[in-house]
Amino acid sequence: MREDKGIFYRIDWVVVGLYLALVFIGWLNIYAAVYNETHNHIVDFTQKYGKQMIFIIAAMLLAMGILIIDSRFFSQFAWFIYGFFLFMLVVVIFSGREVAGSKGWFAIAGFGIQPAEFAKMATALVLAKYLSTLDVSIAKLRSLAISSAIILVPAVIVFLQHDTGSAIVFLALVIVLYRAGLTGFIPLAFIVLPVLGILALLLPKLILVAILLLVAGGFYFFSNRKLRTTLLIIAISLGTIGFVFSVDYSVNHILEPHQRNRIHVLLGQDVDLKGAGYNVNQSLIAIGSGGAFGKGFLQGTQTKYNFVPEQSTDFIFCTIGEEWGFLGSSVLVILYVGLFVRLILMAERQRSRFSRFYGYGVASILFFHFTINIGMTLGLMPVIGIPLPYISYGGSSLWAFTVLLFIFIRQDSYRYDLV
Amino acid sequence: MERIYADRKYIIIGFFLLIGLLFLVRLFYVQILVDKYILSANNNVLRYVTQYPARGLVFDRNGKLLVYNEAAYDLVVIPQQVKNPDTMALCRLIGIEKTEFISRLQKARNYSPYRPSIFESQITRDSYGFLEEKLFLFPGFFVQSRTLRKYTYPVAAHTFGYIGEAGPEMIAKNPYYRSGDYIGISGIEKSYEEILRGKKGMKIRVFDVMNRDKGSFRDGRYDTTSVAGIDLYSSLDADLQQYGELLMTNKKGSIVAIEPQTGEILCIVSSPSYDPNLLAGNIRKKNYTRLLADSVYVPLFNRALMAMYPPGSTFKLVDALVGQQEGVLSPDTRYGCPGGFPLGNGKKVGCHPHPSPTDLMGAIQISCNTYFCRVFKSIIDNKSYLSTRQAFESWRKEVMSLGLGKKLGIDIPGELNGNIPTPGYYDRYHGKNRWRSMTIISLGIGQGEIGITPMQLANMAAVISNRGWFYTPHVIKAIGKSDSMNVAYNTKRHTLVDPKYYDIVIEGMANVITGGTGVIAKIDSITMGGKTGTAQNPHGKNHSIFIAFAPVQNTKIAVSVVVENAGYGATWAAPIASLMIEKYLNRTIKRKDLEERMINGNLINGKQPESERGQGNILPD
Repeated sequence: MREDKGIFYRIDWVVVGLYLALVFIGWLNIYAAVYNETHNHIVDFTQKYGKQMIFIIAAMLLAMGILIIDSRFFSQFAWFIYGFFLFMLVVVIFSGREVAGSKGWFAIAGFGIQPAEFAKMATALVLAKYLSTLDVSIAKLRSLAISSAIILVPAVIVFLQHDTGSAIVFLALVIVLYRAGLTGFIPLAFIVLPVLGILALLLPKLILVAILLLVAGGFYFFSNRKLRTTLLIIAISLGTIGFVFSVDYSVNHILEPHQRNRIHVLLGQDVDLKGAGYNVNQSLIAIGSGGAFGKGFLQGTQTKYNFVPEQSTDFIFCTIGEEWGFLGSSVLVILYVGLFVRLILMAERQRSRFSRFYGYGVASILFFHFTINIGMTLGLMPVIGIPLPYISYGGSSLWAFTVLLFIFIRQDSYRYDLV
Repeated sequence: MERIYADRKYIIIGFFLLIGLLFLVRLFYVQILVDKYILSANNNVLRYVTQYPARGLVFDRNGKLLVYNEAAYDLVVIPQQVKNPDTMALCRLIGIEKTEFISRLQKARNYSPYRPSIFESQITRDSYGFLEEKLFLFPGFFVQSRTLRKYTYPVAAHTFGYIGEAGPEMIAKNPYYRSGDYIGISGIEKSYEEILRGKKGMKIRVFDVMNRDKGSFRDGRYDTTSVAGIDLYSSLDADLQQYGELLMTNKKGSIVAIEPQTGEILCIVSSPSYDPNLLAGNIRKKNYTRLLADSVYVPLFNRALMAMYPPGSTFKLVDALVGQQEGVLSPDTRYGCPGGFPLGNGKKVGCHPHPSPTDLMGAIQISCNTYFCRVFKSIIDNKSYLSTRQAFESWRKEVMSLGLGKKLGIDIPGELNGNIPTPGYYDRYHGKNRWRSMTIISLGIGQGEIGITPMQLANMAAVISNRGWFYTPHVIKAIGKSDSMNVAYNTKRHTLVDPKYYDIVIEGMANVITGGTGVIAKIDSITMGGKTGTAQNPHGKNHSIFIAFAPVQNTKIAVSVVVENAGYGATWAAPIASLMIEKYLNRTIKRKDLEERMINGNLINGKQPESERGQGNILPD
């Protein structure tokens, strides 16, 4: 066994390697995104890449601190951490400062700190903690309700901060519930309902309802035709039809105008390339102009000359796409997917249920950010401003994602010690 | 119990892989399959700034500069970059009112806040020098330089032609041209466009999202430098051209002078004309419209190349040449003149009183109508041909070999063919083969359907002085320093008339000057051959025509003069031709009285002397 050889022999160097690679890629591309001739020294703390270097050093210190802390600390204090960040989420609504329309920021020593980023980690911890409790089974309604509440309470508070993007991220934890035994219908609904919603906006409703009824009829025809099944099919049919009719109303009355525009842009119904469609169009131009091998480091014209908005934060993938082309973009996508798969495999090798569920939580949150962010820059997702983990510029998100990951690495390194 | 859900990891991993794959496919599509994003990216940041080369200059045959370029400056504004302008100071600098300043700035802003608009076009060089020093005070304003065509002498407008922005059809036809490029539209500017224009260069500049210039693209790796246009050395004689235009003041018509031994055109005067500077730069549009609307003077019409006149009696020279070639005429052939040539229907082609009978030389000297009607009749009725038609076709071929009835192919666009009628024309008019020599007898004295341009007339004089050959007349003798020239202008073209037949005609023409219809053209120190012509036309009074060459031996200049509606050839055209020859060969004019009378003669809206009014039906000449 390896327990004698110390912490650095037990940590999973593959994941740490992937993490370091992503952080390095991130810094390199932030440098490229904000590069200009007057500020080109790599250590320049007036520039974003200089600041990001400080963030990275701080993140490394945080990571090492976590690796030193007793691995049981996080499961023991999960509820306390969760409570702390819930409190901060509420406090920030009243005392935080507003950045880009959302009131989720504390200003500490000149740097903005966004509690919502850390709340994801806290929620993943508590969810794992709760699901690992002996008498909890997701099949029980009570357990499901509590699990849902654990996820939804911080999500709702973040939503109230007008940070819709971060709020939606919490829903990613449904993957953890699924692994814990939640019926597949619910995660499926998370995928099917948005698709149905898009169809509802694109197709005439009567046609869509007819299709749904046909599908329902098909299910009934091939089912065992027991009363319970029949009622279920009827209920689901009515539910989806009701959803179809409510989508229009939701889009037109509940969403805010800029969110509504983003939906229209995604559906190709808004071709105003100078208005709501500008970001996605410029993003596609930057990525698309990269070609197979890219324009080369610091040679990207679209990002360098600010045609792409938010190019060091939410749209950082444009810089990668433009300067490194299909080759570089693919490498990045593969690195990410490799990280997620590795995390799942690591989670599965945990003996402790807490560690396993937490590992799933880490993978879910990172995966969700990755999907939404890159999907957005590629015009496959609506514009939802959430960062690309480890790559996007910003201290809060880098630290939060680092803490999120290293808690799991810490758990994993002591997986043999725990029963 | 949760182990039963362990298999779900495959579903979850599968889902992760699916999304990753979806992104890879999308990236492949966006980055590799479609190229519209590359184009859009270039449109975003790259501005192609054309480097316009200086257009080639034009010199005259003595090295005098005729056409050159002058820098012109446009004051350009980018409204977005204008900051707290000292409006009053700028207004003073360019001399406009403050309200005008505000409205121009607003107009520019309406066009685009980020793109440059012309604020004041073609600032003079003086105010540019002044402005340039102060320009840093006015952010957002800058000066763009262009070149304007300038002409040293306000003459030869039709020959030079003009340049203007390339039109949409041209841009569609020739990929070299882009919107805003200049192109030669007429004259040598058009025919030598590809030589004069040089080669455009292209600088690629990078602009950021605020339209700020961020320098050259990839350190100028893809920039191309412009290559200046090549200078043209023209055969024009600037003094002669100027003098010709002076003589043609207030007259409609033209003067063309050619150096017979080379085919080089010495001058082309088409009157009325205009100052070529009027059609340069931004005043062109306004002036062009005005010139185009002038239906009295029709100044844009190049009569030297585009007007056809019946050659009148000058055509008798052609009769003399073709008649000898066809074997129906010899220097000794004598015809009597009973005061005209009877047409058989009681009418006759009249002739003026003169000693009779005459031989060929005498007939040329006194321009006997009867004699040349007989010559023409004998050509067409020549028994060695099977039919009138065949004889006519042979006549036509030989006439056309003298450079008549077909474009000469000179290096100025717009030349007309002229007209030597075809047998088919008479078939249509009189019925197939239902025409005889008598039907078309007026051709013999250069009337009827014959149409000849002044350029062709001058060339005909050159052909005679050369005894049967010519170079295609041309106005450009050398391209650049290399003396290179289109081979078409270096190739001798021979007529179908044997050189030996020219001697008698040249002698006759010399006698025209020494003791014939053209004595008025006589210059004591210069031997000269000439022929008068008086062309009937449906537009009013007869056209006065004269062709001449001098000296008779080793000829230096052949000239044609047409003065519209001016009367006898000897009255206006002959003296003008004579003065042109004197000017060219002697460089000074001794006959000041004659010169003054010619310059002051106003045949467009002035009164003419009583003695020149009232012409007979067929004219003595």
